[in-house]
Amino acid sequence: MMYKIDKKGFYGEFGGAFIPEMLYPNIRELQSEYLQIIGSDDFREEYYSLLRNYAGRPSPLYYAARLSEHYKTRIFLKREDLNHTGAHKINNTIGQILIARRMGKTRVVAETGAGQHGVAAATVCALAGLKCVVYMGKLDVERQAPNVQRMRMLGAEVIPVMSGNMTLKDATNEAIRDWISNPADTYYMIGSVVGPHPYPDLVTKLQSVISEEIKIQLQEQTGRKNPDSIIACVGGGSNAAGSFYHFLDEKEVKLIAVEAAGKGTETGESAATIAIGSPGIIHGSRTILMQNDDGQITEPYSVSAGLDYPGIGPLFAWLNEKGRVIFENATDKEALDAAFLLMRLEGIIPALESAHALAALGKMTFTENDIVVVIISGRGDKDMEAFVRYAEQNNL
Amino acid sequence: MNRIDKLFNAKNTGILSVYFTAGYPSLDSTTEIITNLARGGADMVEIGVPFSDPLADGPVIQNSSSRALRNGMSLKLLFSQLEGIRKKVDIPLLLMGYLNPVLRFGVENFCRRCAETGIDGVILPDLPPEIYVEQYRTLFRKYNLFNILLISPRTDSERAHFIDSITDGFIYVVSSSSVTGVKPGFTGEQESYFKRTVSLNLSHPLLIGFGISSPETFSEACRYGSGAITGSAFIRMLEKEGCNGSSIIRFVKDFKRKL
Repeated sequence: MMYKIDKKGFYGEFGGAFIPEMLYPNIRELQSEYLQIIGSDDFREEYYSLLRNYAGRPSPLYYAARLSEHYKTRIFLKREDLNHTGAHKINNTIGQILIARRMGKTRVVAETGAGQHGVAAATVCALAGLKCVVYMGKLDVERQAPNVQRMRMLGAEVIPVMSGNMTLKDATNEAIRDWISNPADTYYMIGSVVGPHPYPDLVTKLQSVISEEIKIQLQEQTGRKNPDSIIACVGGGSNAAGSFYHFLDEKEVKLIAVEAAGKGTETGESAATIAIGSPGIIHGSRTILMQNDDGQITEPYSVSAGLDYPGIGPLFAWLNEKGRVIFENATDKEALDAAFLLMRLEGIIPALESAHALAALGKMTFTENDIVVVIISGRGDKDMEAFVRYAEQNNL
Repeated sequence: MNRIDKLFNAKNTGILSVYFTAGYPSLDSTTEIITNLARGGADMVEIGVPFSDPLADGPVIQNSSSRALRNGMSLKLLFSQLEGIRKKVDIPLLLMGYLNPVLRFGVENFCRRCAETGIDGVILPDLPPEIYVEQYRTLFRKYNLFNILLISPRTDSERAHFIDSITDGFIYVVSSSSVTGVKPGFTGEQESYFKRTVSLNLSHPLLIGFGISSPETFSEACRYGSGAITGSAFIRMLEKEGCNGSSIIRFVKDFKRKL
């Protein structure tokens, strides 16, 4: 593969493990064990069995006839929204909980923004009988009350984070601090393709089941090996990484990652990291991030809490530099409009994150015969409030 | 000779290094804090460069960092505040912070400004020793800037020797598996870790940091290392009493009283 991580944990100049010495043994342990664990027969058997029987995979690849007609092309939706817990996040947490158990860990810490990864982490911890502590910015705890209740119901301890801006970035810092303080028994279950090596590669591999399935399903349904384009939203980038993975070396497949522009990339209220960021270090990884002239990390904004991250996985910083992935972005309004279009044409309520991928359909040109796969990374139940507000404001 | 080496050549016990966050409690307290620490008898000062995401710090330094940033502190401003500091104090001065602001400032530019203002060394906990050697050591050497590395309770002896072979001046011995902050005292487990570290016979002197919060823990730490570093306890004092010369001098004298 052309775009895989090197031995030191870098994608070109991006990635690595920029961590304090206190974390070195933890990271070293995971670095030296993860490939062997996820490559082993017993892991693969248990992982795929849980994906199938517990999470409900494979998720359907659905030909969206009316949406296709609207955009005058052939659109297939990869339905990650139909997974258990309502998003692609469960693919990752199922894999990581099996790793945690094989490493003999008894306690799991995780960070969460909107709560989707937190719920997926709490779910698998309940399943495996491990203690689960989820760090969540205090502001997000207030904004995402139903997910907080879900996590607690599943037996997780949710700790509101009061430091910094009290959002995802700070929750991630706090989860890492917990890991520093509890190095022996604790497994850090990160939610995206971010953080120090090996997490970006580990989470990419666990999410790559999405593209593995697309290949098979597309062949079955169309007789074609590859689509012309794949479109996925990107915050940290885990659903995009998983959806692109098995197509990275297939040059004829256009890979399109859609960032959240928030109110617009020029407004200062945006989360479009590639569009407005610069190289630096965030959460132990060298990547592109949003920062001021003094190297202080700035707070992103998007209507979609799951894309509201000031960095991006180092894989994407590299793919951007290599020109392998096309980066688009969509504003709050464009995403909301795209979500309503999908609701009305296909009877599917997508997550606000996924709606950003859908919005790119209106910004690009496709031919009638093109096959375009759009990743519906999650369902929109959690976004009802934003949808209702938008509908009222716009008489939808 | 670098002032850090000079200090450790002259003194092998009871060295007190004090950390504070630049820009806290107020934007322009930097010089006043440094001069009064020196006057009180601090052997070395670590000037914290505030960062938005201080991964290795506990609540006290997190808070002083975000306050400092709100006050308007930046690396650029800090260097301009440090112009002329060498006319006032002669003890070693270090900058302690995180890698991202340094990268943004430009590593060579950073080293040059350190040399110009009289900074003797830096502590950047999230700069891995391997990357330092590969990418930055030549630059640091060019400007005679020391890079001080850390070891922690879970650092094995092989890695401790590796770190010893790369660090300059001294080794920062992180006292426990934790972030920075005030703790009541050392446990038996910590003491055996200190003993284990001493028995490695590393070539650099040891300074113990994290959880050094009282004259008692300081003198206890001095039994194992050449001295120790206090940070959060000093910041808590500043928080309570504000930045005034007599409190700073009293803090330092009091810290050394159990030696």
